[in-house]
Amino acid sequence: MSLIELTGVSRWFGNVVAVNDVTMTIGAGVTGLLGPNGAGKSTLLSMMSGFLAPSAGTVTLDGVPVWLNTDVYRRIGLVPETEALYDSLTGWEFVLINAQLHQLPDPAAATRRAIAAVDMVDAQKREVGKYSKGMKQRIKMATALVHEPEVLLLDEPFNGMDPRQRMHLLDLLQSLAAEGRTVLFSSHILEEVEQIAGTIEVLVAGRHAASGDFRKIRRLMTERPHQYSITSADDRKLAAAIIADGSADAVSLSVKGLEVQASDFGRFVQALPRLAQAGHIQLFEVTPADESLESVFAYLVSR
Amino acid sequence: MNVVVMRLTMRGLLGGKRALLLLLLPALLLLVAGLTRWGSSGNPDATSAMAANFAMGTLLPLMCLLIGTGAIGPEIEDGSIVYLLAKPLPRRTIALSKLTVAITASLVLGTISTVAAILIAGDQGWWLTNAYVTSVALAAIGYTAIFFMLAIVSRSAVIVGLIYALLWEGVLGGYVPGIRVLSVRQWALSAAERVLDGQPSLMPHSEVSLTTGLIMLAITTVVVTVLGVRKLKTLPMRVAE
Repeated sequence: MSLIELTGVSRWFGNVVAVNDVTMTIGAGVTGLLGPNGAGKSTLLSMMSGFLAPSAGTVTLDGVPVWLNTDVYRRIGLVPETEALYDSLTGWEFVLINAQLHQLPDPAAATRRAIAAVDMVDAQKREVGKYSKGMKQRIKMATALVHEPEVLLLDEPFNGMDPRQRMHLLDLLQSLAAEGRTVLFSSHILEEVEQIAGTIEVLVAGRHAASGDFRKIRRLMTERPHQYSITSADDRKLAAAIIADGSADAVSLSVKGLEVQASDFGRFVQALPRLAQAGHIQLFEVTPADESLESVFAYLVSR
Repeated sequence: MNVVVMRLTMRGLLGGKRALLLLLLPALLLLVAGLTRWGSSGNPDATSAMAANFAMGTLLPLMCLLIGTGAIGPEIEDGSIVYLLAKPLPRRTIALSKLTVAITASLVLGTISTVAAILIAGDQGWWLTNAYVTSVALAAIGYTAIFFMLAIVSRSAVIVGLIYALLWEGVLGGYVPGIRVLSVRQWALSAAERVLDGQPSLMPHSEVSLTTGLIMLAITTVVVTVLGVRKLKTLPMRVAE
């Protein structure tokens, strides 16, 4: 079992802090690195894969620093997000070259196995430059698997995949994790991550915002204060009823309608129709105000 | 050295638009050689001037610029170099394998086109051919190593290289005495000067002696190669943008 350990890792580019004092340990199984775009996921992955020096802190694989240590690539498989491949090579040649660069004893056999694992046998004789986005993603996956690494790092691997390819990759990652490998992938979509990741690490604005299994992360996200915009036949009366009921934390009244903040999401959505009916107030519109992922993340950071 | 890296580099150099440009430059040289012959009716003095100024001062640097930067620049530019770097191979091996392919390509293309150009423009015995093949070979090594290093160090290596090749080596190196002492072309020309010693009309003028020229070339080549290798070791790579 392999452990990636980040201790007090920061990375800045000039005045911009991309990753801010992150400490985490990633072990066997599937871990999802979740965060909105620009949160520093790629920077963190670059440091984990030895392609960027941390400005502060250390990144180690089983106690050995990964920076300036090309030997770690015997044990790390990397699936970069970049689309650029060696376009004039066929899928087979591309994976074979990766196997040869790893100086494997039988590169052809390793290539055959890796291509079969990503289900690309039918397309292996075509040039990678002509592959679709999903196929490129899979052939990249094959290059990362060709030396059967203990650690697999994937940057946004589900981007551009259709549902069938997504299912296939989910299965593949799960089977790799079942073999005891350490699999880490980044994503900005919670649903994607919670489908397979045993552990979720949330990164927001360069900070390590939350960590835990998907239930914990889900709960953190649903228990945060929710904002609603409401318009009704009698806003003033409805506001009074909501305040009296106690199911919301704050209500503000304006000409545009009501703004309600409720920290107990379940309780409020049940109370609202009941209060409206009891007071004979017709509801015109109920809109959750800021359900965007960014606001969810923003809440996690400000906690 | 790593054979796989070398093969991949060769494929990259010979494929695509760059290869067409690489053929265009020697074709241009042969055209100028034809014009030289037509204008001078095969006078070797004119051939020598053409080889020293146009072949060595303009075409060879451009050819080496295309080859030197092309051996690694595009892969760094588009990020595909990550497939080479994420391997248990010393970065030095990757850099030296690529540089070896680049220098070989420059040597082959540079010397063959020079020989052909001199034969077209008119030689005297084989004197000019011998002299300039030696100089071209020396300059090709120096130029290619410089441009290869530039491609690792800078994303705008082609522009920087172009300015260096045309301005420093071409214009300033031709007229400003101080710069002429620090010019790959002048160092390499010292070899042709030595071969043609005793034939004053054919002999090109080099600012430095043969010994100085060779030492400066060797030092420059080693220094830029070391710089390139060191930069490749810590080449920052965002796994994604």
